[in-house]
Amino acid sequence: MTDLSVTLCGLHLDNPVIPASGTFGFGQEFAQWYDINILGSLSCKGTTEAPRFGNPTPRIAETPGGMLNAVGLQNPGVEAVAAHELPELAKIFRKPVLANVGGFSLEEYARNCEKLSACPNVGILEVNISCPNVHAGGKNFGSDPEGAAAVTRAVKAVTDKPVVMKLSPNVTDIAAIARACEEAGADGICLINTLLGMRIDLKTRRPILANRTGGLSGPAVFPVALRMVWDVYEAVKIPIIGCGGVSSAEDVCEMMMAGATAVEVGAANLKDPFACKRIIEALPDVCRQLGADKLSSLTGSAHS
Amino acid sequence: MKQVQMTLTEKTPLTADVWQLRFAGDTSPITHPGQFVNLELPGRFLRRPISVCDWDEETLTLLVRVAGKGTAELCQAQPGTVFDLLSGLGNGFDLDECTGTPILIGGGIGVAPLYGLARRMAQNGKAPTVALGFNTAADVFYLKEFTDLGCHVFLSTVDGSLGAPGFVTELVAKTECDYCFVCGPGPMLRAVLALPQLTGGQISFEERMGCGFGACVGCTMETKNGPRRVCKDGPVFRKEEIL
Repeated sequence: MTDLSVTLCGLHLDNPVIPASGTFGFGQEFAQWYDINILGSLSCKGTTEAPRFGNPTPRIAETPGGMLNAVGLQNPGVEAVAAHELPELAKIFRKPVLANVGGFSLEEYARNCEKLSACPNVGILEVNISCPNVHAGGKNFGSDPEGAAAVTRAVKAVTDKPVVMKLSPNVTDIAAIARACEEAGADGICLINTLLGMRIDLKTRRPILANRTGGLSGPAVFPVALRMVWDVYEAVKIPIIGCGGVSSAEDVCEMMMAGATAVEVGAANLKDPFACKRIIEALPDVCRQLGADKLSSLTGSAHS
Repeated sequence: MKQVQMTLTEKTPLTADVWQLRFAGDTSPITHPGQFVNLELPGRFLRRPISVCDWDEETLTLLVRVAGKGTAELCQAQPGTVFDLLSGLGNGFDLDECTGTPILIGGGIGVAPLYGLARRMAQNGKAPTVALGFNTAADVFYLKEFTDLGCHVFLSTVDGSLGAPGFVTELVAKTECDYCFVCGPGPMLRAVLALPQLTGGQISFEERMGCGFGACVGCTMETKNGPRRVCKDGPVFRKEEIL
């Protein structure tokens, strides 16, 4: 009997598989396909203070081995998430979840985290720092170590729950940003968010996405994410959630060998609503083939 | 809503770029005309959302317009090929809500879901009035199929090469109808919504989709009731919801 359980920031998870934010809503759509209680946890739709419609459509485009999205943080706002979405999720999912939090100022991050932290089924705050800072000319918080550390400190000041910083890959030195988050008190690092990309429609000679650019996800980004997880594992001691193009139980194990404690599955859920279920069911066999009695023993095992 | 494997059994070219594809398999997830399937193509990351043209207990009919490489590959597939579909997606048309005298208005490939609706109305003993619009005579399809149901069919082509010249919306005034079921390109939908003769109706929208079942919110449109997902809350919306 293979032990699939892992401990993430003090939280016991039955397995390391977590649907990534923005690909799983607040769980309701997937509960119509299967019993989502088999998941390790789930990361909720990114939440901002004000309700957001997001970007104009089209906001989805296909790419080789993946997709672009420019949804633009569509969400009903933190009040509705705390009062409605999270309690509704608690009715169908009995485990603690990751609340994914966005913000356009340090103060907003703190207010959003304080409100979501008060929700009983929130186990971890996952802070998306790929948001533009309205007080700094729209530069993303996550684009430099100082900005990332400032958000970490602002959030840690208002919650006792574990804080995981979700990093953008659109930077020159992701390890430096992870280190800055750790020094500022982060309890974990999640990486990677989507890679910035675009497509052009040959017939119209215009970008396919109304927003021009969007975030690339899917199997195409897996090796990039894996390399970054490796680099961050070498740079910090806090646990890592590996995210980016994971589509199979083998990918999960590879991410863990690179240094991940838990693994998020994103775009795969959109192509195959049963992706997480399929991965979880395949994990025991893959572990057996690898001679691993405990899946958690794989974490970092590729580093000599 | 169910994941099903279906076998392509028959394909027929209807025009230079529109194919009729028939599939055999479990059609139980489909409950309303105007719903769609999200079809997986080998080697392509995103599925292709395609509206249900018609169905019975074991046969699904799709009309596919070749719009890019993915749909071209689908239309080149050989009978016998098995496809993975997420079936019975979206809300579809609701006949019970029709309060007036109905007209079905279709433009181009948007004609497809109206056939399944018309067939069910004909089965209920009331073959509807139908207005079909195409660009040219060479683009026209399913004229005979609608006529065979007993529908009173109005036809228009933009270049006047068959039927009335001009847009399909101009045909509505020739009827006494006041409730519409509509599917077609965006500008056509806008023109239909602006017709004062139509006091109510149901409009099927199209949008680029990520998942097709409400998770990614990639296909959201703004309505009078707030943001709504074309794939999950639609694709059919009530006339009074539309901004």
